[in-house]
Amino acid sequence: MTAAVEIRGVTKRFDDVVAVDSVDLEIADGEFFALLGPSGCGKTTTLRMIAGLEFPTEGSIRIFGEEVGTLPPNKRPVNTVFQNYALFPHMSVLDNVSFGLRMKKVDKTDARAKSMKMIDLVQLGGMEGRKPSQLSGGQQQRVALARALVNEPKVLLLDEPLGALDLKLRQEMQTELKSLQRELGVSFVFVTHDQEEAMAMSDRIAVMHDGQLLQVGSPEEIYERPTNRFVADFIGQTNLIDATVEDDDHIILTNGTRLRAPSPHEPGTSVAMSLRPEAISIGPRGSVPDEHSATSLEGAVASVTYLGHAVDYSVKIGWIDLEVRGGATAGGQRFEAGDEVSVWWDRTSDWVVAD
Amino acid sequence: MTAVQEQPKQLDETGDVVTPLLELANEKNKRRRGLLLALPAYIYIVLFFALPLIIVVVYSFATRTRTGGTDLSGWNIEAYEKLGEPIVRDILFRSLWLALITTVICLVVAYPFAYFLATRSPTVRNIMLVFVMIPFWSNFLVRNYAWRVLLGNDGPVSQLTEALGLGQTTILFTPTAVVLGLVYGFLPFMILPLYASIERLDWSLIEAGRDLGASGFQTFRKVTLPLSMPGIIAGCILVFVPSLGAYVTPEILGGAKTTLLGSYIVTQFLTARNWPVGASVSTVLMIVMLVAALTYFRSGGKNL
Ligand SMILES: Nc1ncnc2c1ncn2[C@@H]1O[C@H](COP(=O)(O)OP(=O)(O)OP(=O)(O)O)[C@@H](O)[C@H]1O
Ligand SMILES: [Mg+2]
Repeated sequence: MTAAVEIRGVTKRFDDVVAVDSVDLEIADGEFFALLGPSGCGKTTTLRMIAGLEFPTEGSIRIFGEEVGTLPPNKRPVNTVFQNYALFPHMSVLDNVSFGLRMKKVDKTDARAKSMKMIDLVQLGGMEGRKPSQLSGGQQQRVALARALVNEPKVLLLDEPLGALDLKLRQEMQTELKSLQRELGVSFVFVTHDQEEAMAMSDRIAVMHDGQLLQVGSPEEIYERPTNRFVADFIGQTNLIDATVEDDDHIILTNGTRLRAPSPHEPGTSVAMSLRPEAISIGPRGSVPDEHSATSLEGAVASVTYLGHAVDYSVKIGWIDLEVRGGATAGGQRFEAGDEVSVWWDRTSDWVVAD
Repeated sequence: MTAVQEQPKQLDETGDVVTPLLELANEKNKRRRGLLLALPAYIYIVLFFALPLIIVVVYSFATRTRTGGTDLSGWNIEAYEKLGEPIVRDILFRSLWLALITTVICLVVAYPFAYFLATRSPTVRNIMLVFVMIPFWSNFLVRNYAWRVLLGNDGPVSQLTEALGLGQTTILFTPTAVVLGLVYGFLPFMILPLYASIERLDWSLIEAGRDLGASGFQTFRKVTLPLSMPGIIAGCILVFVPSLGAYVTPEILGGAKTTLLGSYIVTQFLTARNWPVGASVSTVLMIVMLVAALTYFRSGGKNL
């Protein structure tokens, strides 16, 4: 099956700024795909290149197998939901939504019927006569969505479409967007800098940093098996411990402690060990189970934060503080600040990440 | 009093209770304060702007005495009847026609320029805006005489056409020369409002247009043009109105055959000493301009 969007070796330079740096990416048909990364990492630029609003300096972009290179935006089978919605202020909701159809010279009554159906679908029935300025932020967002979707794009591009909404509306729209995407079966490429949003909505996530694509994978993969330090740190909460690879089953921490951790990296490579707070077990000093003896450290509880459903410990281990999440229920043992404890984790290669 | 209390609570669209009375009181207060601040300006306008206008209107209904004075006792509309005479009517139509052509040429020339200007970097914009303003730094009269030299029988333009084998240029003292001069004189008044409204455009709207399948031209027609309409209307009024009443340019470049309204009014006041007719032409001119301005405001151009 041809990919909905195929990006090969795409680089975009603005004068001397490299906004996107040799990115390779494939987005499947019908996929909810998130481009995730901190501000200024090149997400919008990548999206705009797919839309044709910006042309790559180098590389190739294909949409359903067709090279779009320098094709203008109006010749591409994609539509965009802009970050600030970009609704036409001088047109009613209906005229905004039917704009694309009118440009394609669709029969007037057809265009109207289709637009009205789309307006109903985004739950704006009855508001088709209003001007964008007479709508709330959330309603404007829906108009932008309807205006793009009515053209039946093969790929819908969304640039932080929920960025301007308050938290509650944002969560509502997340669910709605997701179910709309399932219903329509269209690929959505969704730009966001909010990792929770990306995790909650996407089939796959691409993490970008400084114009480079660091990792592409399902939310689980990205969270549980980050391939490098930035991804591990950016997605969720984690403890990053600097280390050097000794052989294929051991790493050495900066203070000389030798731990078992298999990794595919060459001996001598600097790596980091990424331990999620909830992946670490905590127990009284000396209570480490035998099979974990080579994947454990000893320390003392520095502080305790009670969260209701869990307890967060900050454990001081020599030169580092480890964040550890323990169960708050009766079964789990509770510790006080100052308690001598041991912490341990599973032996797995998943958590050794490149620097 | 009680009627007020019995008023049902109004609900706005979001379902919030609106208290109309408090809002009203607040509005009233604001308005009163605004009036106080604007008072000096009002007084100034009434004294130096409205009063002369009223005098003009009053004089247009007066009678010319045999000695060339103005008799205010007998009110009549003779001066207006005179406007129906072929000579005056021709002058009126010629003026309207030339003002219209001037406006259209200005618009066609200025729009691409303003668009170009609005899409440059800020530094380039400022430099070019200064260039647009440069003509204002020298006297309007002098600049018109410069055009006379330029268009004269042995002027540079004529020399050029002769060198090209096209013969002498003889456009000086023709309506063409007047239009050229008017376009030259009023072009900045078209460029500036156009620039202001184009510069304010949200460029993502144009991108949205392209993204939704509109070609460059379609986007221009459906998005750029309607959104820059306030600038277009403001520019057209700023060019049309002074062109209609222009005096200096037609006088210097137009010669005797192309009398326009401005010259006619001056003649009536100074040479023919027929103040009522001069005043009536002025009044008609004012009404035309007022209608133009009202059109502008009604078309939603309140923001310029
Ligand atoms: N038109 C432009 N001219 C020059 N530099 C640009 C231009 N557009 C983007 N850049 C630069 O390219 C880099 C990537 O920008 P981009 O807008 O793609 O970031 P982003 O990931 O969308 O960020 P944000 O989350 O803040 O929207 C930034 O350093 C930005 O300054
Ligand atoms: Mg962006």
